[in-house]
Amino acid sequence: MNAPAYNFAYLDEQTKRMIRRAILKAVAIPGYQVPFASREMPMPYGWGTGGVQVTAAVLGPDDVLKVIDQGADDTTNAVSIRKFFVRTAGVRTTTSTQEATVIQTRHRIPEMPLSEGQVLVYQVPIPEPLRFLEPRETETRRMHALSEYGLMHVKLYEDIARHGHIATTYAYPVKVEGRYVMDPSPTPKFDNPKMNHCPALQLFGAGREKRIYAIPPHTEVVSLDFEDHPFERYRLDGTCALCGATDSFLDEVIADDRGGRMFVCSDTDYCEGRRTDQPSVMEAASDRG
Amino acid sequence: MTVDDEPLLIADGLSKWYGRQLGCCDVSFRLYEGEVIAVVGESGSGKSTLLQLLCAQLAPSAGRVLYRMRDGVTRDLAALGEAERRFLFRTDWGFVHQDAALGLRMTVSAGANVGERLMAVGWRHYGRIRDTATNWLDRVELDRARIDDSPQTYSGGMRQRLQIARNLVTQPRLVLMDEPTGGLDVSVQARLLDLLRGLVADLRLSVVIVTHDLAVARLLSHRIMVMKDGQVIETGLTDQVLDDPREPYTQLLVSSILPP
Repeated sequence: MNAPAYNFAYLDEQTKRMIRRAILKAVAIPGYQVPFASREMPMPYGWGTGGVQVTAAVLGPDDVLKVIDQGADDTTNAVSIRKFFVRTAGVRTTTSTQEATVIQTRHRIPEMPLSEGQVLVYQVPIPEPLRFLEPRETETRRMHALSEYGLMHVKLYEDIARHGHIATTYAYPVKVEGRYVMDPSPTPKFDNPKMNHCPALQLFGAGREKRIYAIPPHTEVVSLDFEDHPFERYRLDGTCALCGATDSFLDEVIADDRGGRMFVCSDTDYCEGRRTDQPSVMEAASDRG
Repeated sequence: MTVDDEPLLIADGLSKWYGRQLGCCDVSFRLYEGEVIAVVGESGSGKSTLLQLLCAQLAPSAGRVLYRMRDGVTRDLAALGEAERRFLFRTDWGFVHQDAALGLRMTVSAGANVGERLMAVGWRHYGRIRDTATNWLDRVELDRARIDDSPQTYSGGMRQRLQIARNLVTQPRLVLMDEPTGGLDVSVQARLLDLLRGLVADLRLSVVIVTHDLAVARLLSHRIMVMKDGQVIETGLTDQVLDDPREPYTQLLVSSILPP
C-alpha cells in the first residue's frame, strides 16, 4: 500500500494554522469578514473550496463528518466532498445530523435543531452583502467599518416597490449581534431564524473571495426588515410526498413529462428519519410545534 | 450676536496644490445661513477644486474649513472623524453634481434614490419613506407615477430634479452645486433654475454654486466670487459685480454674455 500522499485533511499544517487564526478572529468579531490566504483546492471554484478549507482546518481524527448540498446527502457535490475527506483524513462520515460533529453545507441548514459542540460550515459564493449595490470593495469595507447600512434597506425597498413584498428569498441579509450586516450565503430565508441563538458554531468560508466569517454559538442574528413589512419565513405551501412533513423546507420535483409534480423535503436525512419512524426525529419535530 | 448671525461655513486661506500644479490659492470667505454664493470663472480656474475642499472630499494643502454644526458649535472639518464627516455629508449637506448619474444610484428606482438618505439615518418604515419620497417628487415637479422607474429612463432635466430631491430630503442646511444646469437645453435650464430659486428661498438653504454661466449666477446668487488661475480676483454683491465689473477679466466675462 502506498504511503498517504497528503497531510491529514489535505492541507498542510501551516495552512491549517493560518485558516484557524482567521477563524478565531472571525469568531471574536461575529459577522466580520476576515481575509485569508485561500488556497487552490483540487476542485473548481463554486464547488465549495472555501467550505472545504474551513472544514479541513477544524477537522480532527475523531470528528464525524456530514456533507449536504441543498439539504441532500446524496448529490454529486456532497458525495464528492465527503469522499474527499474520507480519502485525505480518513474520518468517519454520516448522513445523520445528530451524529455529526462537523457538517459542511451548501444552501441549507438541517431541519433537526443543532446542538452544542457541533460545527456548521457554509460554502459561500459571495460574502459581501452590499456587493450588488456598491461594487467598490474599498467603499463596502468602509461602510462595514462605520456601520453604514442604509443601503441594505434600499435593496429591500426596491423589492417592495417592485413586488409589493420583500421578494428576496435566499441570501437574505442579517445583522449579527447588533453590529455587522452579513450575507448568510445562499440559504433560503426559511433557514434564517435557525441561525439566531444557535447553540452550534457556524463558520462561513468563501474560497474564491478569500473571506472567512463566523457566528459563535448563542449569538443574536436578526433578519433585516421594515416596520410595516416585517421579515417572513417562506415555505412552499405543501406536504412532503414521502414523509408527510408540513413544517420542513420543500423541493418541488417534476415527476413525469405530463405535468406531474410532487413536493419532497429538501433535507433528506430529516425525511428519511421521519419515514423510518425514528422516535428521536419525531420528538424533535413535535418539539418545534 | 445671536446664533443666526454667525457664519455657517468659513473658508480660511484654502489652497490646494496638485504637485506643482495649482488647484486654488488662498481662498477665504464666509457663508451665512440662507445665503447663496456663486463661484464663476472659466474652466480650469479652480472652481470645482474649491467645492471639493469645502465638503472635505479633498484635503487642502493649506488653510481650513469651519462649519457650524446643528448644535451651534463651529468645528474644523479636518478635525472631525471620518464617520462624523460622512454623516454630515448625507444629512446636513447636499452635493448636486453636473452629471446626475454621479449623484444618483442609477440601478435602483427613483423612490429608492430619494429614500436612501432617510434609510441611512435609520428610517425603517416603508410607508413613511415612500410618502416622503412621493412628496419630494411633487416638490421638484416630477410625475409621482414614475416613482418606481429607474433614473435611467429619465431625461437629463428629470434626473437633475431627482438628484436635487435626493439631496434635500434630509433637510440639509448647506448645498454645494457643481454646474447644476450644465448640459441641459435652455428651456429646461430655465425651469430648473426657477425651481431651485423657490426651494432655496423656502428652505432657507445656504448654497455655494459653481457655474460658468453668469445668467445662472444672476438669477440665484446674492454674492459672487470670480476666479481665475486658482485665485479669487473679484468678489461682491452679484448685481454690483455684474453691473459694474472692476477687473478686466470680469469685464470680459460680463461683456461676453449675449444680449437677450
